[in-house]
Amino acid sequence: MVNPASASSPSARAPLLQAISISKRYGSFLANDSIDLDLYTGEIHALLGENGAGKSTLVKTMYGLIQPSAGQLRFLGEKLELTGPSDARAKGIAMVFQHFSLFDNLTVAENVALGLDGTESFAAMSARLAQMSRDYGLPLDPNREVWRLSVGERQRIEIVRALMQNPKLLILDEPTAVLTPQEADQLFTVLFRLKEEGRALLYISHKLDEVKRLCDTATILRDGKKISTCDPRQETASSLARMMVGAEIGEVKATSARATTVPRLLINDLSLEPDDPHGVYLKGISVEVKGGEILGIAGVAGNGQDELFSALSGERIAPHEDNVIIDGHAAGHLSVTDRRKLGAAFVPEGRLGHGTAPRMKLSENALLTGHAASDMVHHGFVDKPKTLETVDRTTKTFDVRKAKRDPEAASLSGGNLQKFIVGREILREPGVLIVSQPTWGVDAGAAAVIRQALLDLSGRGSAVLVISQDLDELAEIADRIAVMFHGHLSEPIAAADATREKLGLLMGGASAAQAEAGSQKEAVHAIGA
Amino acid sequence: MGLLEAIIISVIAASTPLLLAAAGELVVERSGVLNLGTEGMMIMGAACGFAGAWLTGSTFIGALFGIAAGCALSLVFAALTLGLAVNQVAAGLALTILGVGLSGLIGAGFVGEKITPAPHLYLPVLTGIPFVGKILFGQDGFVYFSVALVVAIWWFLYRTRAGLVLRAIGDSHTSAHALGYPVLKIRLLAVLFGGGCAGLGGAFLPLAYTPFFIPGMTAGRGWIALALVVFSSWMPGRLAAGAYLFGAVTILQLHAQAFGLGIPSQLMSALPYLATVVVLVLISRARGSAGSVAPASLGTVFVPDR
Repeated sequence: MVNPASASSPSARAPLLQAISISKRYGSFLANDSIDLDLYTGEIHALLGENGAGKSTLVKTMYGLIQPSAGQLRFLGEKLELTGPSDARAKGIAMVFQHFSLFDNLTVAENVALGLDGTESFAAMSARLAQMSRDYGLPLDPNREVWRLSVGERQRIEIVRALMQNPKLLILDEPTAVLTPQEADQLFTVLFRLKEEGRALLYISHKLDEVKRLCDTATILRDGKKISTCDPRQETASSLARMMVGAEIGEVKATSARATTVPRLLINDLSLEPDDPHGVYLKGISVEVKGGEILGIAGVAGNGQDELFSALSGERIAPHEDNVIIDGHAAGHLSVTDRRKLGAAFVPEGRLGHGTAPRMKLSENALLTGHAASDMVHHGFVDKPKTLETVDRTTKTFDVRKAKRDPEAASLSGGNLQKFIVGREILREPGVLIVSQPTWGVDAGAAAVIRQALLDLSGRGSAVLVISQDLDELAEIADRIAVMFHGHLSEPIAAADATREKLGLLMGGASAAQAEAGSQKEAVHAIGA
Repeated sequence: MGLLEAIIISVIAASTPLLLAAAGELVVERSGVLNLGTEGMMIMGAACGFAGAWLTGSTFIGALFGIAAGCALSLVFAALTLGLAVNQVAAGLALTILGVGLSGLIGAGFVGEKITPAPHLYLPVLTGIPFVGKILFGQDGFVYFSVALVVAIWWFLYRTRAGLVLRAIGDSHTSAHALGYPVLKIRLLAVLFGGGCAGLGGAFLPLAYTPFFIPGMTAGRGWIALALVVFSSWMPGRLAAGAYLFGAVTILQLHAQAFGLGIPSQLMSALPYLATVVVLVLISRARGSAGSVAPASLGTVFVPDR
């Protein structure tokens, strides 16, 4: 074990790990531009920044996955050369990855063994794993295959695997991105304990309230440069956000009092078997979305949101035509194109591959979703000027930044491509818009534009259904929020009544009545076990 | 010698090249690489194996030549798919075409030549036991080696750390890379191993099965070996069972003709492939209940970021 360190004035002590003007260059792109960072034992240090600010590059350098183009690392004052992650592990540096580095078809114990350096027998390692996971309140069954586990359990594997190395420094890359609020609270308890044990923690996040709650120091990156190192508890969320974005973020607000009258999208008792072995069975989903309303669907990823999206978009056909009703027309049996002809529009979660064909031009991508219900095609021939015009209009209305008039989709940055695929659908003035994770991995400025566009669309009388994991986003734009859990959809609750605790309990599988009771009492313990 | 004994001995002989080539390909595919060039590597093994044995008079050296030829051809595949990140299906098919052509060139001078076939084991008392003696104690070295190879592969995959790493790379190369495992290096070793096994399987044909070389003598056995890996759902035990089953089908086809059964021989030759299709359907239906599906990153190209 590491010696317990006093939490007082870390600056008086020598840093555990120092990054000294680290730079990383990819071609002409500077992912890290002379970044300095000092990490101390007994301290949780936040690394803040937008997507693409260079956070992941920096921590991958510290874990030996990336060799810096310039600069050096110092560990306890000595120069540290890492040729690979095993060097980092040998020094006591462990990492919990954002996109889990797990092997779905192997067992928990095998996954943990692969993250260690194999000096002990498999049986001894398994026993230590069981012991350690009990100690830290992170229960795991060593013999289960990973694909059978929930997202929260998968993250436990990552954390336990890191702890098995008895690390001096633990790096966590956006660990709460996929957790329910209650699971996140459990994680924080573990992190506080690790801090008290005298370890150094580097915590990457862009959730500012978490950082203010948890971290002693924060370093903010923007465009690969270090902007500042500060005490997050002395800052406000908006001052941190300003440093991250470099500009004020516009407030999103609804345009006018919206008339929510006729239901334009009806889902009636929709049940659907998954078409993929690790998929989710949709069970009796019923909900309506009125014109002028935004319905939010919250839930931890992998609880049937993808399956619901495919059933609504027509990528999968519902068992009965009445399962999905678009503007009064039974549409459950219709193809994507036919549903678009009824005035529906769909924005899937994956920008590249699902939302666009990455290697095709924007005009061609505009055609791919726009051909059904527009004048881009005449007698089977493509009207190229019309497709380009769609690109131009989308570019102008939604401020899509790109290098030339009609580039390949893959050449756009995430935020700009997302603005394009949402904008392309909104410009068609759909009566019903179904959009999944509209601002996932998008910078705050682009997110504000997209959210405002969704609000404006519903203000013009369209029904909008937003599937999102981001509770703050749903609180900002949705009128009502329903939660998906294991293929069930809860009754929608008015956004004003949807507290984080209540939604968190629903996301963990509590019934609506339990959530109501639980959110008034002890929210955390209800799903603690 | 009874008829049944003769049939079993000929089934084992017909199954051995399939087992050798498929065992190698199983390791390759478990590492996440799909090498469709098995047929090409086998026929190269056959041509070079015969050349080696004819030049030196030694079956053992011939077998080594076969292994080397398979390895050399698989190195071309590795350079393309691992080094240059070329599509594995295209590279594998090209490898088969290359192997078939090149083996014809190398083997042209040896057509019509004969060598002494590989010696069979003879143990004074044991080989003389009625019925089982010749089956268990009277085979050539290839047969014993192929059985030992499958056991060794099983032990390697499920009982050693290196085997765990290999399976992990086949499951998710990105995760393995993130943990610091040298994905491309391990895949290179797997591909070379697969090439050596295919070369040996091919060399078995002129060295032990028929003591001469003719161009194209593998006659689609490489494709059956590939089907066999799928048939086995990437498990060594099932692979051995499948190899003997497929071998039996090819032998029964001959006997069925000899007895004048009215089954078209073409249908019998198609049976291994039909069986593979049936197994694929069964695997697909059983998916989700068990984890015994294809390695998740099979056939996908990996380019590390550094």
